[in-house]
Amino acid sequence: MAYFCRVQEELGKIAAQVRRDVIRMVYQAQSGHPGGALGMADILTALYFAYLRLQPHPWNPTGLGEDVFILSNGHICAAWYSVLARRGYFPVSELATFRRINSRLQGHPATKEGLPGVRVATGSLGQGLSVAIGYALGKRLAHDPHEVYVVLGDGEINEGQIWEAALFAAHHGVDNLIAIIDRNYKQIDGDTRTVLNTDPLEAKWQAFGWEVLSLHQAHHFPSILQTLSEARQKAHHQRPVIIIAYTTMGKGVDFMENDHNWHGKPPNKEQFEKAIQQLPQTLEDF
Amino acid sequence: MRPKYENLGSKDTRSGFGAALLELGEKDERIVALAADLASSVKMDAFAKRFPHRFFQCGVAEANMIGVAAGLAGSGFIPFAGTFANFATGRVYDQIRQSVCYSGKAVKIAASHAGLTLGEDGATHQMLEDIGLMRGLPGITVISPCDYNQTRLATLAAAYWEGPVYLRFGRPAVPNFTPAEDPSFQIGKIQPLLEGKDGVIFATGHLVWHALQAAYALEEEGLSIAVVNVHTLKPVDVEGIAHYLAQTPIVITAEEHQMWNGLGDIVSWVATQHYPRRVIRVAVQDTFGESGKPDELLEKYGLSTAHIIAAIQRALEKA
Repeated sequence: MAYFCRVQEELGKIAAQVRRDVIRMVYQAQSGHPGGALGMADILTALYFAYLRLQPHPWNPTGLGEDVFILSNGHICAAWYSVLARRGYFPVSELATFRRINSRLQGHPATKEGLPGVRVATGSLGQGLSVAIGYALGKRLAHDPHEVYVVLGDGEINEGQIWEAALFAAHHGVDNLIAIIDRNYKQIDGDTRTVLNTDPLEAKWQAFGWEVLSLHQAHHFPSILQTLSEARQKAHHQRPVIIIAYTTMGKGVDFMENDHNWHGKPPNKEQFEKAIQQLPQTLEDF
Repeated sequence: MRPKYENLGSKDTRSGFGAALLELGEKDERIVALAADLASSVKMDAFAKRFPHRFFQCGVAEANMIGVAAGLAGSGFIPFAGTFANFATGRVYDQIRQSVCYSGKAVKIAASHAGLTLGEDGATHQMLEDIGLMRGLPGITVISPCDYNQTRLATLAAAYWEGPVYLRFGRPAVPNFTPAEDPSFQIGKIQPLLEGKDGVIFATGHLVWHALQAAYALEEEGLSIAVVNVHTLKPVDVEGIAHYLAQTPIVITAEEHQMWNGLGDIVSWVATQHYPRRVIRVAVQDTFGESGKPDELLEKYGLSTAHIIAAIQRALEKA
């Protein structure tokens, strides 16, 4: 119990700052995607600070000898950039350049500018799962026992390529692959059940031959880590693994929560001040 | 005395790719191959049989194939992703753009059955826009070799060429006339085959042979026409092309591709910068193809030896 309390406290402190970073980045750039970034702040923090086996230095683009992470729904990168910076991939001060000219922190993740932590460009949706499979096959061929993790957006799984990749990974027994769906039931035009229904999602992935885990308390660190740990246990058994994470879009800022309108717009001054009051500083600001 | 290129025995260019892929696989464990239910048509079956653990059958799912190839490249492998030119470009344009080119992943895209000479399958499969699609992408190299031997050499070279490569080849058996080992073939450089003072034909792919036949026929009429094989369509050998533009105002391009965005545009672009020339394009005139035998199609769509000869004569009349 003490352990869980400590985990909740320590990771909670980082995630709180990540949320604050996200809002400050998007506000200062007057551009970006706050909703999904806030929703995934906890899982990204748990992955990078308590779970993935990483070697930030020296940065190795091939990812051999460590776990590989790919953010397929690239638009929520404000949270990922914050986590990467705070995990030591690049200076925290660089977060101030988000979405600005001459920055390594592109509007959607890119490799061209050489930002450590990013292995493939994502943004046009549906492509990251296939690329993750490629990295996983690379690890298999190179006898690297580490895993590949990929986060997919809820709306993103509308894309046909996701289902091509789902078939492929199961067919080829890509079992060093763990996908995580950011299941917030929101996409740009509204609720996923209204725009293009993907329910029942567990049954779909099971039918495609994947090992499926559901994470219902997706903002509770002990639950997140427990599910990730189960995923790793289920990996390496001839089947790819997927975690369906029931997140809350906009988590942490009350007026952004569960509102698809916060997919891709920045807060105005008044909204920013209201939001930032809910996100106290826990680490040094950028 | 100008060289006389002889047909060493007709072969399909796709088999040149298959032979090279197998050779590469034998000597380098980083070589991997991906197919989309066309492994045998694209001549990847020998590699698949010899190296089953380095071959990935993707099924009829090309978008995923390109993405998986990008990931393998990112891990340090050298992936060749093969399918028909249509499915290797138009169908997966955004995947090549984002996951491959923008991400700097050295995927080698092996595009078979390009052009009209795919034949009987008709226009759905006759890719005539791929050079334009691919050369518009930053960072990719585009190669269209002229025969079996050159396709083999291009494949061997593409494996170790920096960055993504689009390798275009075809279906039918066509004359094989370049040497098996050919130091004059270098990615990024034009390959002059015949020198001549009365005109120049820049040709690529299957039409290089036809350009040679046209030049030989015109030789009998006392004309000396240069033939330049532009196998690399990106990066453009500006200096090489400009050198030939400087020598003669009679300039023809010949390609099994739409008249837009291909070799005709490339040569015209160099001309506008260096030696303003009228450039006559032997190419498909902004239309789709149809079913038929390869030779019938070349004839009907204006890409035969006779059409190249006519283009030269037209240029001479206008000069």
